[in-house]
Amino acid sequence: MGAVLRASQTKYTNQVFVGRLRRYVNRMEMNMKRMMSIALLLAGAALLAGCPKKHTVIEPPNAGTQVPGSADSEQNGSTRALEGGAGAEGGNAMGGANATGVLARKVIYFDFDKSEIKPEFTEVVLAHARNLTGHPGLKLKLEGNTDERGTREYNIGLGERRAQAVRRALMLQGVAESQLSTVSFGAERPAVEGDDEAAWAQNRRVELVYTP
Amino acid sequence: MNKQLSFLGLVACLLFCRQSLAELTVEVTKGQAEAIPIAIVPFSTPEAAAASFDVAQLVSSDLARSGRFKTTDRKDMIEQPHTGAGISFDDWRRLSNDYIVVGQVQPAGPDRFDITFELYNVLTRQRLLGYQFSSNKPGLRVASHQVADMVFEKILGIRGAFATRIAYIAVLGSLPHKDYRLIVSDADGENPHVVMQSNEPLMSPSWSPDGQSLAYVSFEDRLPSVYVQVLRTGERRRVSAHAGVNQAPSWSPDGKKLALTLSTRDGNLDIYVMDLATQALTRITDDPGIDTEPQWAKDGQSLYFTSDRAGGPQIYRVGIQGGDKPRRLTFQGSYNARPRISPDESQLAFVTQEDGAYRIASMDLRGHGEVQVLTKGHFDVSPSYAPNGAVIIYASRDRGRGVLALVSADGRVQERLVSSEGELQEPAWAPF
Repeated sequence: MGAVLRASQTKYTNQVFVGRLRRYVNRMEMNMKRMMSIALLLAGAALLAGCPKKHTVIEPPNAGTQVPGSADSEQNGSTRALEGGAGAEGGNAMGGANATGVLARKVIYFDFDKSEIKPEFTEVVLAHARNLTGHPGLKLKLEGNTDERGTREYNIGLGERRAQAVRRALMLQGVAESQLSTVSFGAERPAVEGDDEAAWAQNRRVELVYTP
Repeated sequence: MNKQLSFLGLVACLLFCRQSLAELTVEVTKGQAEAIPIAIVPFSTPEAAAASFDVAQLVSSDLARSGRFKTTDRKDMIEQPHTGAGISFDDWRRLSNDYIVVGQVQPAGPDRFDITFELYNVLTRQRLLGYQFSSNKPGLRVASHQVADMVFEKILGIRGAFATRIAYIAVLGSLPHKDYRLIVSDADGENPHVVMQSNEPLMSPSWSPDGQSLAYVSFEDRLPSVYVQVLRTGERRRVSAHAGVNQAPSWSPDGKKLALTLSTRDGNLDIYVMDLATQALTRITDDPGIDTEPQWAKDGQSLYFTSDRAGGPQIYRVGIQGGDKPRRLTFQGSYNARPRISPDESQLAFVTQEDGAYRIASMDLRGHGEVQVLTKGHFDVSPSYAPNGAVIIYASRDRGRGVLALVSADGRVQERLVSSEGELQEPAWAPF
């Protein structure tokens, strides 16, 4: 029992760390120079972690939640990049996505009980729309998620609504319907654990997952 | 008066993968002032150490856990009779016991035991129950719950539900390596069995009315599908894997249909009824809002469900034959969802939002629709009635961890099932 408690406290500390790091990264969103240095840092961390495998081509769904170099990413054999700092995925084969550009941002966050895409994510949607229209062979899966509050099945509906909001926005930019699919995990696949607003804000999201 | 009951057939014959799992313990968090005092005297047991199962202890904890009984502590028992003839009623009355249970466990062959018990009214000295039945050793636990059921029913006039089972989801591990398990256990959390295990989410277990099968949602292909699984054989069938949402299965009272939630291509969730034999679908709702969480009415002719067609989620009822407009049932508050009806359909339990918290509420379906908020937590969701309607099990939070909790249907008794590991979610109480 004690061991379990201790473990969860450690976990929480990690989440707080990830949250802070994320906010930090967000703040300097467009600062390309520093982005590059973070990318290098992350790649370096992955190397230090002894990660032998080639970096993932298909991004895992929880990208943006994992501290690179942690024990988990070692086990995983892949580096999971923080949002906006996905430089570690250099040379992404999915449509030749520019690793250091807006395309590397593959998570769109939402306000509580909302499915409107906030202005700060417009450029993310536009970048992926351009990528998809420019590469008609690409397919994108939109994974809708909610925070833990509310009933589980109703949250599946809210997650689907968010995924559909992104789908519609992409289609308005000319993306073919056949390139897009949606899935809702509701509250079942949180990006981070914790029952406070900091955790919830990171869980209310749509993840953009390029599929073969 | 003695009645032979064989428990051989009742002994858990669930064949799914047996896995060691931390068992649940029970804490009564809010009791009832007018609990009935009863003494469950330790049963005489054969010397064979193999039979050292404490039947009386389990009967006693079942009854105490219901919140309706106050059981006498063993150290306060001045004598420990095993038959009615040995009871000194005056002494037990002085100890303020209204009722007393005495009994014996006797060997009756290899791995065979006869359990005899009697229930007496201490004041009138009247014998209210006297039963004998036989069991093998693993069956003693079920047999003990059966004794508690009989005592509970005799005294309160309500069928006991101690010998029933629950299904729930346990989530173990931490991000990003989560381990989702669908578990079936005894109603007290003991004897857990893993029915299904996955590293993608499992959701929404729903019992078949015969208690033989579970329907549930699995994301095992990173897409949701509805499965039906027979517990005894483990045989498993994917019954719904349409594009988009496949969610919230609910078994019809006749066992032939599933109500479930599907989505159109543009993501509109509506409720459908599937004929399990043919998988033919009938669309029940057609509204641009989210319609989900269906639950069958007792007559099998209509469904309760959640819809946000009027803004926030509220509970509605609609006939499955078509033609009628869904009728809205909840009006208090901005969030009322996931309806579950009591076995006699006199009450509706659901999740309501109150002061920013999610709590279990119930609505009187026979009177004027009075609503009572039953719980006090912040994340109380997924209510499910015991088959006797006396108790609701639900998912709650305790110090940041997902736990299962129970509240009596009148809100007066509360308790918590505490597991030593994992997040517990979505309990579903099996039928009798």
